[in-house]
Amino acid sequence: MIESHLPAYIPLTFLVFSVLIPLFAIWKKELSQPLALIGSGIAAFLSVFGFISRLNENPLRYFFGGWEPPIGIEFVYDGLSAFFVMVINVVAFFVIMHSARLSLRELAGKRMAFYSLAMLMMLGLNGMVLTGDLFNLFVFLEIASLAGYALIAIGSRPASFAAFRYLIIGTVGGSLYLLGVGFLYTVTGTLNIIDMSPMLPAVATDPAVITALVLMIVGIGIKAALFPMHGWLPDSYTYTNSISSSLIAPIGTKVAAYVLIRIMLYLFGIDLIDAVVPMSKIVGVLACAGILYGSIMAIAQSDLKRMLAYSSISQIGYIIMGFSLANPLGFAGAILHVLNHAIMKACLFLISGNLMMQEGHTDISRFDHSFRNKYRWSMASFSVAAISMIGLPPLAGFFSKWYLALGTIQNDNWLFLGVILVSSLLNAVYFFRVLEKVYMKDPEAEAPDESEVIPSNEVKPSMLFPTVVFAVALVVIGIFNVAIVTAIMNMFPGGL
Amino acid sequence: MFDFFLGHYSYWLTILLICLGLYAIMMKKNLVKKTIGLTIFQASVVLYWVSIASKWDATVTVLDPNIPVSDPANYLNPLPHTLMLTAIVVGVATLGVAFALLISIWNRYKTLDEQELIDKIQ
Repeated sequence: MIESHLPAYIPLTFLVFSVLIPLFAIWKKELSQPLALIGSGIAAFLSVFGFISRLNENPLRYFFGGWEPPIGIEFVYDGLSAFFVMVINVVAFFVIMHSARLSLRELAGKRMAFYSLAMLMMLGLNGMVLTGDLFNLFVFLEIASLAGYALIAIGSRPASFAAFRYLIIGTVGGSLYLLGVGFLYTVTGTLNIIDMSPMLPAVATDPAVITALVLMIVGIGIKAALFPMHGWLPDSYTYTNSISSSLIAPIGTKVAAYVLIRIMLYLFGIDLIDAVVPMSKIVGVLACAGILYGSIMAIAQSDLKRMLAYSSISQIGYIIMGFSLANPLGFAGAILHVLNHAIMKACLFLISGNLMMQEGHTDISRFDHSFRNKYRWSMASFSVAAISMIGLPPLAGFFSKWYLALGTIQNDNWLFLGVILVSSLLNAVYFFRVLEKVYMKDPEAEAPDESEVIPSNEVKPSMLFPTVVFAVALVVIGIFNVAIVTAIMNMFPGGL
Repeated sequence: MFDFFLGHYSYWLTILLICLGLYAIMMKKNLVKKTIGLTIFQASVVLYWVSIASKWDATVTVLDPNIPVSDPANYLNPLPHTLMLTAIVVGVATLGVAFALLISIWNRYKTLDEQELIDKIQ
C-alpha cells in the first residue's frame, strides 16, 4: 500500500511540513528546527526504504488523479530517480540536524522562514527528480529556485545582491527551458518524457527539435552551473549563511545535472543527441573547461567557503563530463560521483559552519596549527573529505574518478583523461594549502612551549555528529563501492 | 513572401520581445530596469506558447452541439493556454521575490546601480 504511493508521499511530506512550521511558530517559535528535522527525517526514511525496494524492480509509474499519461501527469520512480531522491534527502536530513545550534547564531529571527523555505526547496528538488512530465518539471524547478533565492538572501550584507543576480540569471534559464519545451510540444504534441521519446527519431533533424535541445541544455546548464553559465554560484555560496550554503551546495546543482541526464540520455537518447550537432561532445568540453576553471580559481581564493564554491563548479563538471561520454563506465562514474560529491561537499561545508560557529570567520590565512588541537574531530573530518576530493584510495572520491577515467579511456578520449588527472593535482594544491596550515608547523614560528596545552574548542555533539557521520560515510562508501556500482548498473538508460 | 511575414506576425513579435528582454537584462545598469527586462522576456515565452495553440476559424474549447468534435480544426488546443496560466503565476511569484530583494538591497546600500553595488561590495 505505502509502496505504491511512495513517490507522492516524499514531496508531500515536505509540503506538509513547510506549512506546519509557520503554523507551529505562532505557538512556539523554537519548534521550527525540530519540525524540519522530523519532516526531512520522514522523507529520508521513505526514500531509503523506497530505494531498497526499487532495486531490481521495474520502474513504478505513479499517475496523479488516476489519469494515465499522456493526458495526466506522472511521477517516474525508477532506479535512477530513487537513487537521487535518497541522496538529496539523506544529505538534507543531516544538514538540518547540524543546523540546530548554528541557526541560533546565524539566522536569529528568521528561523521559521528559513526552515519553511528549506522544506519548500526540498519539495521542488524532489519533484524535479521524480516527475516524468516536462512542464511539471518546469514548475518544480521554479519552486526550488524561488525558495533557493530566498534562502541565499538570508546572510551577510551582500547576500541579497548575490541572490538578486542569481534570480535574474536563474529565471532566464528557466524561461529558456520553457521555450525549449514549447518547441518540442509543437513538434510532438506531448509533454510526457516516456511518451515523447519514441516520437523524436522521426523528427531528429527538424531545426525546431535541435533548437529545443540547445535551449533546454542552456537553461538547465545555468541551474547546474555548467562552465560558461556558472557566474552566479561563487557569490551566492560565499555571502549566504552557513546553513543555506551547506544545504544548497551539495544537492542543488546535482538535481540540475540529473535533469540534464534525463533530457540528454532518456528523452533524446544517445543516438539522437549527436544526430546533427555533436551535442554530447560540446557539453563534455564545456564540463572539462569548468573542471579546470573551478580548480584554478579555487586555488586563488582566501576564504574557505569561496574556495569550496569554486570547487563545486569543478566537481559538477566531473558529473556532466561523465554522462556526456555516453558509455557505461562514464555513466557509472558520474552517478557514483553524485553520491560522493554530495557527501564530501556537505561534510566540507558543515566544517566551514563549525568554524563559523566557533571562530566567526572562514578566512584560510588566519588558520593555524592550534586548530589541530582546538577542532580535533572537525579537522580530522576535513582531512578525510579533502583527501577524498583529491581522489586517494580507499576513500570514496577515488572510485568515482577511477570509473570516469576508465570511461574516457574506453572512448579513446585522451583530452578528458588529461583533464581528470590535472584537476586531481589542482585539487591537491588547494586542499593541502589548508591542511598545511593546520597540521604542519610554521618553520618561522618559535617552538611552542611544551607545558602549554591548547584547550579543545570543539563544537557541541549535535554539530559534530553529522560532520563525523559524513566523514565515516566516505570511508564506508569507498570500501563498499562495488555494491553501489552494482546497483548503478541497473539504472542505465536504454542503448547504453 | 509577404504572407509569410504577415501570417507569422505573433512569432515576429515574440522574437522582438525576446531580444528586447535579453538586451535589458544584459545591458541595463539599473536593477529595476533589469527586472523589467526579465518580465518582458518571460512574457515573450508566454506569448509563444499562447500563439502556438491558436487556429483560424476555430472556437473556444467548450463543447458546442452544433460543432462536431470529430474535426480537431474546429476547436482550439486548450492545453498550452492552461499551462501558461501556471507559467504566469510563476512569473508573478518571481517578480515578487525580485522586488523583495530589491527593497532589501536598497535598505542596505541605498543604491540600485549595479556598478556602484559591485564597487561597494569590494
